[in-house]
Amino acid sequence: MSRTFLGALVLSLALSVCAPASASERHPTLAELERELVCPTCQTTLDQSDSPIARRMKQYIAGRIAAGDTKSEIKEKLVEQFGQGVLSEPPRHGFALLAWALPLLGAGAAALALGALGWHWSRTRGPVGVGTAAAPASLPPQLERRVDEELARFDG
Amino acid sequence: MVARIRLGAQMAAVAAVAGLLALLVWKLAHQTEPARGVAPGFTLPLIDRSGEVDLAAFRGRAVVLNFWASWCIPCKEEAPRLQAAARRWATRGVVVLGIDSQDFRGDARRFARRYSLTYPLVHDGPGKTRARYGVTGFPETFFIDRRGNIVGEHIQGPVSDRQLDENIKLALRA
Repeated sequence: MSRTFLGALVLSLALSVCAPASASERHPTLAELERELVCPTCQTTLDQSDSPIARRMKQYIAGRIAAGDTKSEIKEKLVEQFGQGVLSEPPRHGFALLAWALPLLGAGAAALALGALGWHWSRTRGPVGVGTAAAPASLPPQLERRVDEELARFDG
Repeated sequence: MVARIRLGAQMAAVAAVAGLLALLVWKLAHQTEPARGVAPGFTLPLIDRSGEVDLAAFRGRAVVLNFWASWCIPCKEEAPRLQAAARRWATRGVVVLGIDSQDFRGDARRFARRYSLTYPLVHDGPGKTRARYGVTGFPETFFIDRRGNIVGEHIQGPVSDRQLDENIKLALRA
């Protein structure tokens, strides 16, 4: 029973995430495409640009949406005209995948390096305990004698 | 061992920062510099029919290389002048070549029809050739001599008849 409930919960969560994405793919809005595409002359997203080519691109996108094109189709047509640089995010395939993978690999490598450094550090420092790190193993004779004298006076 | 790892990490961090700074300086130094010397080669598709144009195919002729876009207002002003120059100099071994950049190919075709442009027009949608020539706006015009070197003035803005004739003569002489 609980397993069925858990399955239904996972399915409904997955649908709640996937359904809007699918709707956005089939029926994109001008506003979301303006955020995902770049004006080639000003290098900002279309929603932040009012240059002549940005205005023309917005007009083109509105026309393609009205014609029933999907988001991918509109992007493909614009990439065909202006190249990959028109996308505000690099595609997740081919050589451009490196743009996504490299930061993750870098972060992973940094985490591994920090972990290895921490592990090595903890091993070379030895066990932490009373008298091991705070105090030296032996005091100079003169100082030791003085400590003994002070302790004797304190006890006496 | 720890000291060695720490030193290595510090050196890697310094090298990474130095590399990024060098990249930034290089980008700033090169982004606005117009091309000089040997004209950067390219092969680009024609806007109005199938096929491509390779700059190297014009070796032995003087080339007027004009960067433009259909949405550029001054390009409308100079288009008839370029067309007239293409006709005037055709028999002397001069080619006018238009590079439409950062533009819809359909818009470029309509522009060419509207201004009755008959000289070859190619499409540089991604703007790679535009970047290699250091073009920062439209229109911009370069003159290339018979040996493939950029000569004369680099004209930013609409080109005049006088500028066209003077620089073409220079390109033919060189």
